Amino acid sequence: MIGPYYLQLLILIGINTIMATSLNLILGYTGQLSIGHAAFMSLGAYGSALVTLHFGFPFLVSLLCGALFAAFFGIIIGLPTLRLKGDYLAIATLGLGEIVRIVFLNLELTGGAVGLRGIPKKTTLLWVVLAVLFTVFILSRIIRSRIGRAFIAIREDETAADSMGINSTYYKTLCFGVGAFFAGLGGGLFAHYMRYLNPNSFGFMRSIEHLCMVVLGGLGNMWGAFIGATILTVTPELLRTVADLRLLIYGAVLVLMMRVRPQGLLGQPLRNGIPLLGRFFQQARPKL
Amino acid sequence: MLKVENVSAGYGGIKVLDRISFSVSEGKIVTLIGSNGVGKTTTLRTISGLLRPTEGRILFCNEDISKAAPHKIVEQGISHVPEGRNVFPRLTVKENLEMGAYIRKDAAGIRKDYQMVMETFPQLAQRQRQTAGTLSGGEQQMLAMGRALMSRPRLLLLDEPSMGLAPLVVLGIFEIIKEVNRQGTTILLVEQNAQVALRTAHRGYVMETGRIILEDSADALLQNDQVRKAYLGE
Repeated sequence: MIGPYYLQLLILIGINTIMATSLNLILGYTGQLSIGHAAFMSLGAYGSALVTLHFGFPFLVSLLCGALFAAFFGIIIGLPTLRLKGDYLAIATLGLGEIVRIVFLNLELTGGAVGLRGIPKKTTLLWVVLAVLFTVFILSRIIRSRIGRAFIAIREDETAADSMGINSTYYKTLCFGVGAFFAGLGGGLFAHYMRYLNPNSFGFMRSIEHLCMVVLGGLGNMWGAFIGATILTVTPELLRTVADLRLLIYGAVLVLMMRVRPQGLLGQPLRNGIPLLGRFFQQARPKL
Repeated sequence: MLKVENVSAGYGGIKVLDRISFSVSEGKIVTLIGSNGVGKTTTLRTISGLLRPTEGRILFCNEDISKAAPHKIVEQGISHVPEGRNVFPRLTVKENLEMGAYIRKDAAGIRKDYQMVMETFPQLAQRQRQTAGTLSGGEQQMLAMGRALMSRPRLLLLDEPSMGLAPLVVLGIFEIIKEVNRQGTTILLVEQNAQVALRTAHRGYVMETGRIILEDSADALLQNDQVRKAYLGE
């Protein structure tokens, strides 16, 4: 029906959509600049793979174990780091992401630098589609709920959110936990598709890739994350011949988007001329 | 209603409040005046829980709230309108007001209070669908106050409502403050604009470098020589 090449592309688009939408919850809706999303993905990937290898649980159970494992660490990591704001949070999450990677690199259990081999291939296109639908459904329900309103209030103005009676520490940690859960889910799918895990596939650049997807598609827009994930999964394939320039292109995309269309391809229309990312890069933009 | 007893607070090692004590009785407007940097805003932040007092205690309706988290204090009935207004810039006026009722669950009561806010601030009623960031300074101040009222507070903390507003707009805002008070909300008002604050309030405290140096009825303070010289420019 579909050739294996296109099948792989579709599966990767699906996994990246899960990664981008879950990061979108943290960055686009709650406004927390986290650039360690690949770490949560790796926690889910290794978590679910190890469970499958050692206990032989059914796929769904392994996936959930991996996702819960990532969510647990999301909360543990979130508690101390979410006291920081903006750039400081970014640096802290970046550092923690690297710590996770280096721990996996040195653990015997995970195969260290050699990587973890022999994971059974269980991820099919159907699983991925179901997981994407599940992720998008749960996340959009959260966003339209009371919890989602608290997230948005924190994004808009944390002090004001506090004085509305919103427990911002609680909600920020919750947001990290939920975001990490779905990142872990994506990681689990990735592990059971690739059948081989190496800590270096979850490095800093992977996090930046997720960030680019969200920014390109539009912060705070569910469809945006999907579009961003699709474009940034397909483009590198089309640009195979200039693979070395990929990172350069990512950087250029980020800068270009900030200048030309800060709300992303599908982001909410600029309501007051203050794009979300503009807050992080205020110096780069003239005051409106 | 509110009793602040020997409270000290500060940021890091710097002590901003030095054992201040004052009280606000129910149904009144009480003002805290003083120049820049004497600790007025810090006082409000300490009451609303954004800052922990290092000593002393704060009693609200005879309950110690000095160690409570900000969201708990809102639930107790204290609503804080921070300095510089802090509206949610990219949410609409309506969404901002709904956010003010975040801790409440009585949909009917919220709708009723929404109508009440619309009547109190007719200017906002015309702009319900506009985003808060596009409002003028005075309208943002009104929105911040309306939003605070949506939690149906017993005590409203207002931080510099006159900041950055034209004199005529300031008068309008203070008329509304009086009106809100007449409808039964107790108000603690922090102001640099001593003139208009003392004309609005029932009672006043004068702060200087982290201490309260004078307290009296607002009328008496308006006549006080020291206050007239230092704060009313006479």
